[in-house]
Amino acid sequence: MTSWEPVIGIEVHVELSTRSKMFCGCAVSFGDEPNTNVCPVCLGLPGALPVPNRQAMDWIMAIGLALNCAITERSVFHRKNYFYADLPKNYQISQFDVPVCHDGYLDVVVEGQTRRVGIERAHMEEDTGKSTHVGIGGRIHAAESTLLDFNRSGVPLVEIVSKPDIRSAAESRAYAQELRSLVAELGVSDARLEEGSIRFDANVSIRPQGAVGYGTKVEIKNMNSFRSLERAVAHEIERQAGVLENGGDVILETRHWDEEAGLTHSMRNKEESSDYRYFTEPDLVPMHMDEDWVEEVRSGLPELPAARRARYVEFGLDVGHAGVLSDAPPTIRQLFDVAVGAGAAPKPAANWLTGEVIGWLRRTESDPVTVSLTGSQLAELVAMVDDGTVSSTAAKEVLDGVLGGEGDPRAVATARDLIQISDTSALEAVVDEALAENPEAVANYEGGETKVVGFLVGQVMRATQGKADPKLVNELLTKRLRG
Amino acid sequence: MSEDRALHDLTIVEAGARLRAGDTTAVELLEAVLDRAHRTEAQLHAFLTLDRDGAMEAAEAADDALAAGEDRGPLHGIPMALKDNLCTRGVETTAASQILAGYIPPYDATVVTRLRAAGSVIVGKTNLDEFAMGSSTENSAYGPSFNPWDISRVPGGSSGGSAAAVAVGSAFGALGSDTGGSIRQPASLTGIVGLKPTYGTVSRYGLIAFASSLDQIGPLSKSVTDAASILETIWGHDPLDATSYSGEYPELSADLEKGVEGLRIGVVGEFAGEGYEPAVESAIARMLDRLSEAGAAIVEVSLPTVDIALSAYYLVAPAEASANLARFDGIRYGLRVDGATAEELMAKTRAQGFGPEVTRRVLLGTYALSAGYYDAFYGQAQRVRAALRDEFGAAYEQVDVLVSPTSPTVAFRAGDKVDDPLSMYLTDICTNPLNLVGHPGISVPVGLDDQGLPIGFQVMAPALGERVMFRVAAEVERLATFNSRPVLEEVAG
Repeated sequence: MTSWEPVIGIEVHVELSTRSKMFCGCAVSFGDEPNTNVCPVCLGLPGALPVPNRQAMDWIMAIGLALNCAITERSVFHRKNYFYADLPKNYQISQFDVPVCHDGYLDVVVEGQTRRVGIERAHMEEDTGKSTHVGIGGRIHAAESTLLDFNRSGVPLVEIVSKPDIRSAAESRAYAQELRSLVAELGVSDARLEEGSIRFDANVSIRPQGAVGYGTKVEIKNMNSFRSLERAVAHEIERQAGVLENGGDVILETRHWDEEAGLTHSMRNKEESSDYRYFTEPDLVPMHMDEDWVEEVRSGLPELPAARRARYVEFGLDVGHAGVLSDAPPTIRQLFDVAVGAGAAPKPAANWLTGEVIGWLRRTESDPVTVSLTGSQLAELVAMVDDGTVSSTAAKEVLDGVLGGEGDPRAVATARDLIQISDTSALEAVVDEALAENPEAVANYEGGETKVVGFLVGQVMRATQGKADPKLVNELLTKRLRG
Repeated sequence: MSEDRALHDLTIVEAGARLRAGDTTAVELLEAVLDRAHRTEAQLHAFLTLDRDGAMEAAEAADDALAAGEDRGPLHGIPMALKDNLCTRGVETTAASQILAGYIPPYDATVVTRLRAAGSVIVGKTNLDEFAMGSSTENSAYGPSFNPWDISRVPGGSSGGSAAAVAVGSAFGALGSDTGGSIRQPASLTGIVGLKPTYGTVSRYGLIAFASSLDQIGPLSKSVTDAASILETIWGHDPLDATSYSGEYPELSADLEKGVEGLRIGVVGEFAGEGYEPAVESAIARMLDRLSEAGAAIVEVSLPTVDIALSAYYLVAPAEASANLARFDGIRYGLRVDGATAEELMAKTRAQGFGPEVTRRVLLGTYALSAGYYDAFYGQAQRVRAALRDEFGAAYEQVDVLVSPTSPTVAFRAGDKVDDPLSMYLTDICTNPLNLVGHPGISVPVGLDDQGLPIGFQVMAPALGERVMFRVAAEVERLATFNSRPVLEEVAG
């Protein structure tokens, strides 16, 4: 049986969260009353003209730089012509042969391995309006009427096209997730899948392992989550393998992913697909992204996930933890940097954040931005565990209190009576008492059964209601028993 | 001199002088043009919409402002007409198409805003070839306009309504749009001044687009000085138009009285010969003699590429138009013809809403942009544009301005060319190269042929060369001493 190698390229559309739209002054805002953020330009009224949004150009350049792309010195807009009811001008202002960004890459971690996915291009375009089909099934052909909302019309949209460098469904998902966290990091998009502010299409083909050429590719659309992207790609790989193994041919086409059924079905044949009749947009002049402009954008870039992960690994975190922490909400990540700066050991600080703190936020459905824990409090907590002031079990309770707004860790530990007894003189009396009350155990120890120490430690812990430092108790007991 | 003439026959300069002397009012000027329109519209059909109420309000406001000592400049209180492809807030704007029947824009074009701010009074919206596609105003969905010099003839086009209105005195000046000669050619055929400014100097915001890289708004007027006043009012950088020029603008009026002594005037050799009426050629030759006598050096110049300019034009313009007119789909505004699906609705609306010439150009443009043809058609046309720009550039190293007839013929008879698109297209042969290169050109009337039909003389200049262009145009106007007005039997409309 042939072993197949999948070849996958992914197109990602990212809606920018600029204040105003790409070519007019209307607000970019999700969820407003339909047709309230509109004007002659984004409604395509006669005589209206587009004026490009400088902020959007800054942001696509930021995306391009973050993706290690080259920035085109002179960029040109084109008209992409096709008729559709929610496309007001019946052409989309987009880019054709001179995108703003080209030839970059994105490093993606899949199962602990770093994979480099090439970026073909990232170009600027405008979004369309939104059609809502009213009537049976909500599908266009059965609809009795269609409602149009142009609030989204003209929202700046960046299309990022990967090279066909992706080799599995899992990689597809990892690439999409990495790209999403990157644009979120840059602060250029809400990057919310459920609101459609980031959307994915995948081009999938397969070829025999070791082959050089490409198989016929199929474009799959309508994946609404990372999971559905992964499932759709996996399904498509399998479907194509099935077709080829049964002596069939894969057809160049676009297929629609059906989330419920877990399969793709044919949407349209690429052979009959539209001729977009691209030509230079005569209402706009070419854009010159000179070196000064590029440098200005570059200097404003925040730390990007890949660089941050690398920094965490240098701190001694393992790749997995570094990834989780890197993807944590910014306010949580910043706690790590402050805590480490205040002298906390990086590993336990990261463990507290990625485990307990994120868990607590999820449990209490709290907004990370309003978290009451500070970096120095985290450092204090780590130190308290380290020097035995509290046990690691008690520390969880202390953290709960701090997150609940009860104050600094030491104050919480005191108020909740969680401070460990680490005072040797105070513990010696309890140890003596325990030895006196358990002569059998002492005898057993002397008979060579050293593991009874554990039992004795338990007795001391019970007597101190768990507040004794077990390590210290162990030391004291051993010392006494060895006499 | 102007005392003997009817109010509606005055130039803007003359009317403005009377207004400021207290001899007339803006309301009187408006009443004069409205009365003139009332008596001539049945024969000319220059207007699609007359906004009597809005105009009266504006005229009264202009009088009040003047009385209060507020003078907004040369166009203050002056009744003006607008080609109906310029959007006017609250006033129907159709581009002479069925597809925009009843369409009322929610905003004013930038040029309209500027005219209003300058105190001028908008009389109404003038007729045009549908979406400005044509050279005779016969392609209007609302019926043709006619030439006040001979109502069996066309006024030219596509700004034929604006030209007829100004020529007959139904407005003191007008705005048109010029994509391939649509201001200059009708100005020539109706014996008035019309000019296309340098591309990018007048904002296109609110101009219903025909071909974006060629369209330019400009004035039609009874004199060169009036044209300068109007252009000074409407041009200048506009942040709403990304192609708007943001540098220094030339002084227009500075050299109007300076004459042509010492200037080098290039005569374009290609704009003569076959297809050019002898009366037109001799009128041009006479003017060249006078310019020479006035001290200009007349130089013969060759621009070989202009011979293929028309072909390039008829690829670029329809290509851009095919996209610009795509928005007229019946979904959001204008005509809607229902269909079972959205696609059918759009197809039916467009089939019914567009006239035959618009349909022809949309099809031509769609074809020219199609995969596999793009480079041979649109791409090649863009290369012709570049070659043409080089040729004009080289010519302007030798001469200050270029001159030619504006139109190879005088006004032709209505109906003569409607069934022969190519012969209609050829009427713009002297004007459309300037749209391809973005340079300014002005048409100045220089005489009548033996049938009493006006002949126009075109003065061309390099980009932003309006100052020298106006200097020469003013001298041509003086030398021509053309002050005839059409004699039209008035019939109450």
